[in-house]
Amino acid sequence: MKQVSYVISTYTSDVSGVCSALYELGGMVVIHDPSGCNSTYNTHDEPRWFDQDSLIFISGLSQMDAVMGNDDKFIEDILRAAEELSPKFIALVRSPIPLMIGTDFEGIAMEIETRSGIPTFFIPTTGMKSYGKGAGMALELVVRELMKGPIKTEPFTKGDGFKAKESKAKLNLLGTTPLDFSVNDTFSDLCKIVEEEGFELLGSLSYETDYETMMRMPEADVNLVVTSSGLAAAKAMEERFHIPYVVGFPCGSVREEVFSKVKLALEEGKSYFCQPLLAEEEEAVVQEKILSENQNEKVGVLIHEPVIAACLSADLSRHYGKIQPVTMLDCPEELRKGNLLCLESEEEVEDCMKEAAFAVADPMFAPICPKEIPFYHLAHEAFSGRTYRKQIPNLLKIDFL
Amino acid sequence: MLKRVMAKETENDFRLMKDVSFPVPFAHGLEYNSPAHGPWNIVHMGMLMPGSHQIYVCGANCVRGVVLTAAEMNAVDRFSTLSIEEEDLFNGNIEENLIEGVLEILDKLPYKPTAVLLFTVCVHHFMGCDIPYIYEELRRRRPDQIFVECYMDPIMQKEGLTPDQKLRYSMLTILPKREEKEKQISILGSDFPLDSDSEIFHMLKEGGWSWKQTPECKDFEEYLSLGESPVDLAVYPLAQYGVKELTKRLEHQYLYLPQSFSYEEIEEQLQLLSVKLEIPMIDLKPYWKKLEEKLVEAKKLIGDTEIAIDMNAFPRYLGLARFLLEHGFHVTRLYGDSISSEEEKDYLWLKEHAPDLRFYPTIQARMRVIYGSYGKKVLGIGQKAAYFTGSPYFVNVVQGGGYYGIQGMIKIMEAMMEAFEEKKDLTTISHKGLGCECVL
Repeated sequence: MKQVSYVISTYTSDVSGVCSALYELGGMVVIHDPSGCNSTYNTHDEPRWFDQDSLIFISGLSQMDAVMGNDDKFIEDILRAAEELSPKFIALVRSPIPLMIGTDFEGIAMEIETRSGIPTFFIPTTGMKSYGKGAGMALELVVRELMKGPIKTEPFTKGDGFKAKESKAKLNLLGTTPLDFSVNDTFSDLCKIVEEEGFELLGSLSYETDYETMMRMPEADVNLVVTSSGLAAAKAMEERFHIPYVVGFPCGSVREEVFSKVKLALEEGKSYFCQPLLAEEEEAVVQEKILSENQNEKVGVLIHEPVIAACLSADLSRHYGKIQPVTMLDCPEELRKGNLLCLESEEEVEDCMKEAAFAVADPMFAPICPKEIPFYHLAHEAFSGRTYRKQIPNLLKIDFL
Repeated sequence: MLKRVMAKETENDFRLMKDVSFPVPFAHGLEYNSPAHGPWNIVHMGMLMPGSHQIYVCGANCVRGVVLTAAEMNAVDRFSTLSIEEEDLFNGNIEENLIEGVLEILDKLPYKPTAVLLFTVCVHHFMGCDIPYIYEELRRRRPDQIFVECYMDPIMQKEGLTPDQKLRYSMLTILPKREEKEKQISILGSDFPLDSDSEIFHMLKEGGWSWKQTPECKDFEEYLSLGESPVDLAVYPLAQYGVKELTKRLEHQYLYLPQSFSYEEIEEQLQLLSVKLEIPMIDLKPYWKKLEEKLVEAKKLIGDTEIAIDMNAFPRYLGLARFLLEHGFHVTRLYGDSISSEEEKDYLWLKEHAPDLRFYPTIQARMRVIYGSYGKKVLGIGQKAAYFTGSPYFVNVVQGGGYYGIQGMIKIMEAMMEAFEEKKDLTTISHKGLGCECVL
């Protein structure tokens, strides 16, 4: 059964994804849940919890309130806390029980917003999807509900871009959370790269970006989407503010490709996906065939978040032979067009590893990797939490094979 | 760029003891979860059953909290999950999928567990899932496998038993009725073994009795032998229900002698034990004398330093506050969200004798922003007391920590003195399950 995991961990869920994405933006996040969601999030999914404040709470939903549909308590509790803590916005997050009983979050959000005067929105999580989906929905709502102009009424035209500007072009990073980058120097190095490439980094959705910085992000000329969590927000910013985006993680040799696409996006006002995410469909079919049938031409497998997996695999393939990027996360359709292999279950990953030349994945995948297949650790906060945090590498400086 | 934005404490953030209501000092509202994670959860507790395997059937977010608890205690090989997806809520196959999933897990495991602790969750309850059928079918198809019916259903805890209480009960349901062993007592339902130096063991030994404790069981047979004692003793409040039910089923004698900080209550408990087991009462004078000496020594060192105590440190945290105040210590802060009915006398005493003692919640939303040092040295007793006062000087203890009786109080004094003199790394309070193996 695809839902069975007899030994491996599970990825961070959509609920925690929302919390992580909104952590630094000055809002108040309320998970409508009996207990546990907050503890799971702050223990295993949030390395900033001890050192950095953020207003993330649960409602403490009881059986009686759920059965009787007592939404008033939920609303009054939120209004009381909002009055005490003055958040910039309020995000309501759904867990499985409110999903089952059909809680009217849209109506509740409207009532809270009307009575408090604080922007309030509902993020339709289920507690059963992966973090990328939750973070993606949250960041998209930040763009749609909170960000304001400057609204560029005309799309970019050719020439109105990078080369033509006297000052540096402004760039945002989208899809950045500690769930993918942890708390090592990956994110700071990513920021350095952006500046080395001649851009002014305006903000990041959302890591080391506060509410005020976030509100300036519509001034950017281009967005760089470094994980799948940022894709929906990038599309919303393109739609609302006519800011083109590029999808790609600039690791190693992929950096040149990423920034050439960024410059192209600026020049042409169009959005682009980087080559590792655009492999020919036929090539993808060949890859799967190699994995499943051709024992003599085995390739390595690398498991991570979709964009990072694709770009890291492309970079590492230049040095270590062909590597198949694999993800177990909910993956937007656009990212499935390339070479990425999307697997859903422990069993599928186990089968995939059996056919691989070697595997690169979080240490908690090791028990399902056959002993004879070399296994290289690529610890991932969103999979093993803090268990292997000390081993999580700088994703821009991978040299462990 | 990390930052802590501490808000200024206001008089609405706490209650003075004279104004504290019983048993719930603060109204329920949005709940905050501090980074202090030392108290055991159901995963830690379940692992006390030697050779057992835990299977959780729940959505990704619930799975994540428990599977990583197991990973952090280096026990992920004794842990499996069966995730629930959205369509499972509505397709009517929840029971069949659960049964097939559990059997698939058992087939894949490289070992045969002594027992399977199978946890269903809130959604099963709300769907009206046929739990008895699930266990009936699993037992029919795997007749040689022990299944333990467990729950992770916190939505029920405000109106009934908590998952913690239910698990302490469930773990005892598999103890079989066996021939009783004379003069053996089982101490059940506690996560920490009681300190072997405690006077209760002195008394049992003098009376010719042996004892067994759940956390000290080395293998499954020894665990099952807990059911061979004619007398079962509960010392931890949340274990009462489970142990009481066990004694009814096995027709044992039930004793509840909780950890206490009252001289009178401790003497009464030992007197009761003496009567029930028909063993002589021991002379407690040497213990009292040693305790008095230790109190003097501790008071001399700690002086008038402020002391804060939290509810996770000791089930009788009000009792400890009273005991310390009665001996001249400067207890200024309590952190808790409820007061046990066992503590009503101590509550009333504190109201009368320490009316200005500050009582803080731990889960109210405001606590997110009013934690941290306020410029004075504070001796924390418990992880939350340390966290909320920002103090590296703290006794790292949860759930009573196995301290018991007069000897336990002596050791608490020693722990307080050690904590007063040596700073601890406050960030370690975020490690789960204090006392369990931890790979972090």
